[in-house]
This record gives sequence, structure tokens and C-alpha cells, in this order.
Amino acid sequence: MRSDRSTNGTVTCEAVAAALPGIVDGLGVADLPMRHHVDGCLRCQAELVQYRKVLKALHQLRTEVLEPEPGLLPDILSSIGAAGERRAMGFLLSGRRAAYVGGIAAATAAGAAGAIVLASRARHRRVRLAS
Amino acid sequence: MTPEEEATLVAAAKEGDSDAFSELFKATSTEVYTLAFRLTGNQEDANDVTQEAYLRAWRSLKRFRGDSRFSTWMFRVTVNCAMSHLARRNKTSHEELPDDTGMADERPEADPATMAEAGALRDRLTSALADLPPRLRAVVVLRDVYDLPHDAIAAELGITEAAAKVRLHRARRKLRERLFPMPGEESARAV
Repeated sequence: MRSDRSTNGTVTCEAVAAALPGIVDGLGVADLPMRHHVDGCLRCQAELVQYRKVLKALHQLRTEVLEPEPGLLPDILSSIGAAGERRAMGFLLSGRRAAYVGGIAAATAAGAAGAIVLASRARHRRVRLAS
Repeated sequence: MTPEEEATLVAAAKEGDSDAFSELFKATSTEVYTLAFRLTGNQEDANDVTQEAYLRAWRSLKRFRGDSRFSTWMFRVTVNCAMSHLARRNKTSHEELPDDTGMADERPEADPATMAEAGALRDRLTSALADLPPRLRAVVVLRDVYDLPHDAIAAELGITEAAAKVRLHRARRKLRERLFPMPGEESARAV
């Protein structure tokens, strides 16, 4: 337990302890009374040093690279391969569907064009006969 | 791998070339696995998250616009997968401790003398990280290990910046208490 003996002016060890996690990396700022308290309090200085050690150790984890177990990579690659085959099949099917729809559209367009030509010829014939 | 080589492989993978994707996978898998391990705290979940992240990446590669490096994109996909994985697991399990629960460690190897013999600070830190509640662990890993700014962490985790700061504060305090308990804290934890 922290006691009142740690009190220095208006700032207590409890107040410092509550603030330290937020200011240890320099992003938060300790106000002047708090800094004065830490300067004169060995306990708070020790706690600050401990936070700095934790932070330093966390930073050092960034350089540590963990190797996945050997079986994991082949498993993932085979899953990706299977997913790739499904996707390729999807491409093929969607390609065939597009060709099928395109064929029907082309045939319909050709039929319509033929009907228009035949209709216009019949009209010309009727006009010639009438004249 | 140069950015140009990477862009070529990404373009090929987008067209369904799984060999190109495998090359991208080989270039990034160790980093992805390490991040997954840091976020989940154990090997089994890290394996699942790594697998899930690459499958999700493969399926949604068309949406990758190439504004960032592939590895950066994979980083974000992995964080998302890890958070979804942990959230799913927590729905079916009640093992997670609330944020304000103490981290009393009653394992035999937690005896201070044994721990001093057993290990380096890094090993103890890895263990302490693994014991943190997942939402605290995610914030402290992204901020203090991967050096992401608070706003980016908030965006990745779908929380406010203020919430990210509060979680970071709690996580650091718990790690400090676990790794360097003050005299009063040791007796308080033992109760």
C-alpha cells in the first residue's frame, strides 16, 4: 500500500502511479508539480524506470520474428490452391455463360435485322405493283 | 522483393494466378504469423488467424487497389482476422477476464525465484502479453510493438481514440504490475 508519507505537496504517489502509463512514452506530459514529486520520490522514480523497461522490452519484440510451424505453410498453400481452382472454375463458368448470352443476343439481333430487310423488300414490291 | 516485383505478382494474382499469390505469401508469411501470434497470444490461434488472413486476402484481392504495399495491406487483414477470431471465440467461451481483473499467476513457475532462473524479460513479457485480455493486448501490441499511432489503432479496432488510450493505459499498468510488482502489489495479488 502507498502511504501518506509519499505525499509531496499536492501530488501523491497514487496520482503519479495513475499517470505514469500514459506519460512514459513521452506522448502524455507530466505537469510541473508531478515532475517535482518524481524528482524527490524514490518510489515513483523506481516505478518510472520499471515502466521504461517494459516499454523497451515491448519495442524489442518488433525485431523478433517468429517462425510458423513447418506444417502450416503447406496447409495454407494447399487451401489457397483449392480456392484458386474454385475461382478459376468460376471464371470459366462465367466466361461460358457470357459466351452463351452473347450468342443468343447476336442470333436475336441477326433475326431482327433479317425481318426488317424482308419487311422493307415486301413494301417496295407492293409500291412497284401499285404504280 | 522490390515494389515493382510485388506489383507484378499482385496483378497476376488478381487475375487468378495462385502461383503468384504463393510468392506473395512466401514473402510475407513470417511477418503475418508473428503479428497473429502477438495479437492472439498462442500458437494455435496464430495458425488459424494466419490461414484465415491469407484466404481472406486471396478472396478479396480484387479490392486491393495497390495504394500501399501488399505487406501493409496484409497487416490490416491480419489484424481484422485476429479480432474477428478472438471475438468469435469469446462468444463461445467464458475464459476471458474482464479488464479490471488482477493477473495473479498461481502457476508453480510464477514463483519469483523460479522465474528469475527461468528467464529473460522477453520470455516473461511474452507470457504476460498472452495473459492480457485480448482487447488490451491488441492495443498494446499495435502501439508499443508495432508503433501504430492512436488514431490508426482506433480505426483498425473500430473503437474511439479515447478508448484506445484507456486500453493502452490499462495494458501497460498490468504488464508493469506483472513484470515488476511493487512490494504492496505482490501482497495484494496474493490475497
